[in-house]
Amino acid sequence: MEKSIIVENLGKKYDINKLKKDTQFREALINFAKQLLFRDQENMEVVWALKNVSFSVEKGEIVGIIGRNGAGKSTLLKILSKITYPTTGRMKIEGRVGSLLEVGTGFHDELSGRENIFLNGSILGMKKKEVSRKLDQIISFAEVEKFIDTPIKRYSTGMRLKLGFSVAAHLETDILFIDEVLAVGDVAFQKKCLDTIKELRNSGRTVLFVSHSIPTVESLCPRVIWIDKGEVREDGAVEEITNNYMSQFATVKHATGFDLTKAFEREGTGEIRFTKIEYLNADGTPKNLIRSGDSLKVRIHYRVHQSVSNPDFNFRIYTERGGKVASFGNLILGDNLSMLSLGVGYADIEIDNLNIMPDRYFINLWVYGNKEIEYIDHLVFCSTLDVEASNYYKTGRGIDKGCGITFLQYKWNFSNNSLGENSINQ
Amino acid sequence: MENNWAIEKKLDWIKEFWHYRELFYFFVWRDIKLRYKQTVLGALWAIIQPFFTMVVFSIFFGKFAKMPSEGAPYPIFSYSALVPWIFFTTAVGHSGNSLIGNTNLLTKVYFPRFAIPASAVLSGIFDFFIASIILLGLMIYFHIPLTLNLFFWPLLTIPLIFLALGLGLIFSSLNVKYRDIKYTIPFLIQIWLYLTPIIYPINILPDRYKVLIALNPMTGIIEVFRSLIIPNKQVDFGSLIYSVVVSVVILFIGIIYFRSTEREFADIV
Repeated sequence: MEKSIIVENLGKKYDINKLKKDTQFREALINFAKQLLFRDQENMEVVWALKNVSFSVEKGEIVGIIGRNGAGKSTLLKILSKITYPTTGRMKIEGRVGSLLEVGTGFHDELSGRENIFLNGSILGMKKKEVSRKLDQIISFAEVEKFIDTPIKRYSTGMRLKLGFSVAAHLETDILFIDEVLAVGDVAFQKKCLDTIKELRNSGRTVLFVSHSIPTVESLCPRVIWIDKGEVREDGAVEEITNNYMSQFATVKHATGFDLTKAFEREGTGEIRFTKIEYLNADGTPKNLIRSGDSLKVRIHYRVHQSVSNPDFNFRIYTERGGKVASFGNLILGDNLSMLSLGVGYADIEIDNLNIMPDRYFINLWVYGNKEIEYIDHLVFCSTLDVEASNYYKTGRGIDKGCGITFLQYKWNFSNNSLGENSINQ
Repeated sequence: MENNWAIEKKLDWIKEFWHYRELFYFFVWRDIKLRYKQTVLGALWAIIQPFFTMVVFSIFFGKFAKMPSEGAPYPIFSYSALVPWIFFTTAVGHSGNSLIGNTNLLTKVYFPRFAIPASAVLSGIFDFFIASIILLGLMIYFHIPLTLNLFFWPLLTIPLIFLALGLGLIFSSLNVKYRDIKYTIPFLIQIWLYLTPIIYPINILPDRYKVLIALNPMTGIIEVFRSLIIPNKQVDFGSLIYSVVVSVVILFIGIIYFRSTEREFADIV
C-alpha cells in the first residue's frame, strides 16, 4: 500500500539559552563583546522536544496521536506541517497537506465572515475558485447565513469556531492534520466535528488526529501512536495502547491498595478493624485503571479481635461533595455470616458493572454488630476511587459527569422516524 | 513531490511562492482594506500625509528659510520628492514590523513566509497612486507642463520596491529575534530624510557633501522622480544606475538573510 507519510528519526531541539536571552539587539552586541574578551563558555541547556521519532502512515489511514501535555504531539504536527523545522531526521509527505492546528487561523476581526472565508481558505491552501464553488456549503455548515457580511468581531466565540472549522472541513487535501480543535465548542458543535471527521474515514484521506479525548480517539482511529517525553512510546492498535496510556493516570494507590490502619476518621467499638482496601480485577490482580462500566472486585481486609455474630458490612461510594452514590451492604443481599472467627481475613465485593460517571469518589466503610446500635468500625472517606472515562456506548461520545451520577443501558425508538415509514420495528 | 530537507533545491521557493500567489494577493488586499477600515479618514490618509508635509515644508523651508527649489515652485519641488519618499518609508516601516505583527499566522499555518514582508511593501502602492493623482492636480495649479516623462513615473517605483523590500526583509527578520529593532526603524528613517535631497536641492551642498549624499541610494531615485516633473531638470542617469544596482544588491542580501533565518521564525516569534 502506498505510504502517505514517512518520518525517520525526527528530532527537535530547543536551545534554552538561545531562547532566553538576546531579545534585545544591544544585549546581543554586549554578549558578543563579552565572548570575545572573556571567552565565556556557555553552558548548553538543551531540551529535546522530540527524539528519534520514526513511523510511517499508509494512504487513507486514520491515526490518533496521544500523549500527556508537553509530550511533543503538537511539535510533531508542526514539523509535519512545515511550520517549524526539525533539528534531526527527515520526512517524506505525498500529497497536499491541510492543517487544522487552530480554528480560525488567519481570521481578521475587521473583515466580514465572507471575506474571512476567502482569506482563511487561501491561507489553508485553497484556490479562490475552489472557495467560491464551496462558499454556500461552507456558510450553511457553519450556520452563519444571517451574519455572513458582518465583521467577525461581532461573532460569538461559537460562531467563529464553527466558521473556522467549516472552512477547514471543506478542504480537499490528501492529508489532514488535526490538533485538538474539538476540545472547545458546545456539544452540538463537537458532534458536528466528530461526524465530519468520521466521514473522512470513507473519503480515503490520510488523517493524523491529536487529541486528549480518549473516547474520541478510540472511536475514530484504529491505530494510535503514543508520544511520551518526545519519543514514540507505543504505536499500534488503539484499545491496548489507550488502556496502557490511561493506566498511568490512575492513582498509584489503586495498585497497592489503601492502608487503613492509620485512617484519619475512625470510630467504633473495635471488635473488627479494617486494615486495607484493594481494587482488583476478577482474577485477583490489581486493577490499575478503573473505567466507567467496568467490572470491579473490591477486597476489604480486616482483623477480627473479638468474635462477632452476623456483622453487617457496608461499603458506600460518595461524590466529592458528599452525595451518596451507591451502597454495598452484605445483609441486604441476604448473606448472613453467622460468625466471624478471630484473626485476619478479607471480603470481596464483586461488582458486575460500575456504571458511574468518570470522577473521583470517596469511600466510607463500616461494620455494625447484630444490635445495630453502634459501629464496630467506621471509616469516613478512607479511600478514593478514581473512575476514568470509557467508550461505554461505543460511539466515541465519552460519558460526561455533567449528565448525572450514573448511566444505564437504554434505547430510543421513534414512532415517526424521518427515514420514512413507521419504524418502531426497524 | 519529495520533501527531503537535506536536498531542498535553491529555487524551489520561487516556484512555491508562485503557487501561493493568490494568498499573496489576499495579504495585499487585506492590508490595504484594513488600513482604511480602521481609520476615520479612510483613503484621505493617502493624501494627507504627503500633502500636509508639503504644506509645512513650503511654509518653513520654502518661504521662511528661502530654500532654493531648482526653478520650480517649492511645493512642487518638495511634493514630487515626498510622494515616492513616503511610499518608501511606509513600505520599510510596515514590512519591518510585518513578521511580528502576524505571529498567529507564523505559528499555525504553513505558507511561504516571504509573502508577509512582500505584501506589506506592495500595500503602499495604492496610497502612492492616489498621492500621484494629487501631484497632477498640483502641477496643473502651478502651470507646470505635463510631459511624456510622466509615463516613467510609475516605472520608477520598481527600484524603490526592490530597495524597500530588501530592507524590509532584513529588518523584519532581525525584528523577530531582537525586539528593539522596531524602535530603530523610525529613527533611521528620520535621519535618512535629511540625508536625501528632499527638503533641499542637492546643489546647495558643498562638493564634499555632494559625494556623501550621492552614496545614498535614495538620492538617485528621488532625483529622477523629480526630473520627470520639474521642467529643464536633467535626468542623472549615472546616479540612477548606481541606485538601481544598490537596490538590487540590497534585495539579494535581504532575500539571503531572510531565507537563512526563516526556519527559526515559528520558534522564536
